[in-house]
Amino acid sequence: MNEQRKIRLATCSLAGCFGCHMSLLDIDEKLFDLLAMVEFDRTPFTDIKHCGPCDIGIVEGGVSNAENVHVLKEFRKNCKVLVAIGACAITGGVPALRNNIDLWDCFQEVYLYEGGLEGNQIPNDPELPLPFDKVYPVYEVVKVDYFLPGCPPSADTIWKFLTDLIEGREPKLDYEMLRYD
Amino acid sequence: MGAPAMSKTMTIDGKNVPFSDGQTIMDAALAAGVYIPHLCHNPQFEPHGSCKLCVVSVNGRNMTSCTMPAAKDMVVANNTPELNSDRKALVQMLFVEGNHICPACEASGNCQLQAAAYYLEMLSPHYTHFYQPRAVDASHPEIFLDLNRCILCELCVRASREVDGKNVFGISGRGIGTRLVVNAASGRLGDTNFAATDKAAHVCPTGAILIKRQGYKIPIGQRTFDHKNISEVQMEPMEPDHE
Repeated sequence: MNEQRKIRLATCSLAGCFGCHMSLLDIDEKLFDLLAMVEFDRTPFTDIKHCGPCDIGIVEGGVSNAENVHVLKEFRKNCKVLVAIGACAITGGVPALRNNIDLWDCFQEVYLYEGGLEGNQIPNDPELPLPFDKVYPVYEVVKVDYFLPGCPPSADTIWKFLTDLIEGREPKLDYEMLRYD
Repeated sequence: MGAPAMSKTMTIDGKNVPFSDGQTIMDAALAAGVYIPHLCHNPQFEPHGSCKLCVVSVNGRNMTSCTMPAAKDMVVANNTPELNSDRKALVQMLFVEGNHICPACEASGNCQLQAAAYYLEMLSPHYTHFYQPRAVDASHPEIFLDLNRCILCELCVRASREVDGKNVFGISGRGIGTRLVVNAASGRLGDTNFAATDKAAHVCPTGAILIKRQGYKIPIGQRTFDHKNISEVQMEPMEPDHE
């Protein structure tokens, strides 16, 4: 194995708020340390659109539509280690609050009753991904190797987790780092 | 406690634990500062034995420690990887059976279900979520009842019956259909004599019964279990009322 080769890391946000990505950026100057260890593949930071072979894939957000499944399967196929980060990826999170409401009722509430800039219509552009009746945690769709809970996990928590993983240790969170909120 | 006959002892994880006649394993453990995870048990009420988190191995047989009377020379195993793994699975099942969305819950940080999961190092709910539709009853002017978060511990049932003398709550149905019900013809909390000062309004281990307009008075990050493990909090002399 080439010792110089950097760990390849991919990230994506499915039905999430990008809060976990923001929290990753919150490691601030440690981003330089991270970049010394990893090379980013597909991620919103690089704007690469498809994931190539990677060592670590980090998935934020739950699975709420058909596109989420395609992205998630691409990650699973290409990443040796898949990490579900944040409450949404692990439990469905806040988007899963809609799981007890009929999808059609949701659409009417959001698009018909109040109306938007384009008037009262439900978006039906063929390019829009098909929404699911429920939002699912990623582990109910593909196998997940590691879970990093939090909403979002703090920058320190993400840093601890990532350095453990990259340096070959079993990730271990202290009491105050393991949080679901 | 403080009874003269505390000469009898059993061992829990090798530690000598004294007890008096009539004490359960849980009573004796709490008095001796030995933490046994529990959700449906609260020392202020009669034991219920339903959550099964407090199951310990007694002379090699699994028993609920909150209902099992302590006996002389019992050998109890409590904090073992096997039992904690079973406990974690129980907590995970509670998480997928209800709708426990911690980031959207006012009780986050004060919730014993969440705290037990932290203690047991639960990283994911593991099982397939039920996402069962469950009702929120906001009919009472001062109290919310959110059945999404009910774990059927019956603490509110016991508190309302035994302390408040009101019988506001009950359990109905069987098996997976078991649910908390409200003792009013309409089934609504607003049509009962339930009051925010009732004991039953302050014993819910999760966020199923919440006092209105208290929500985020104590910010996330400064709550009961944010910095303190449930094994320390529940060892304190009196469990604080759940707010």
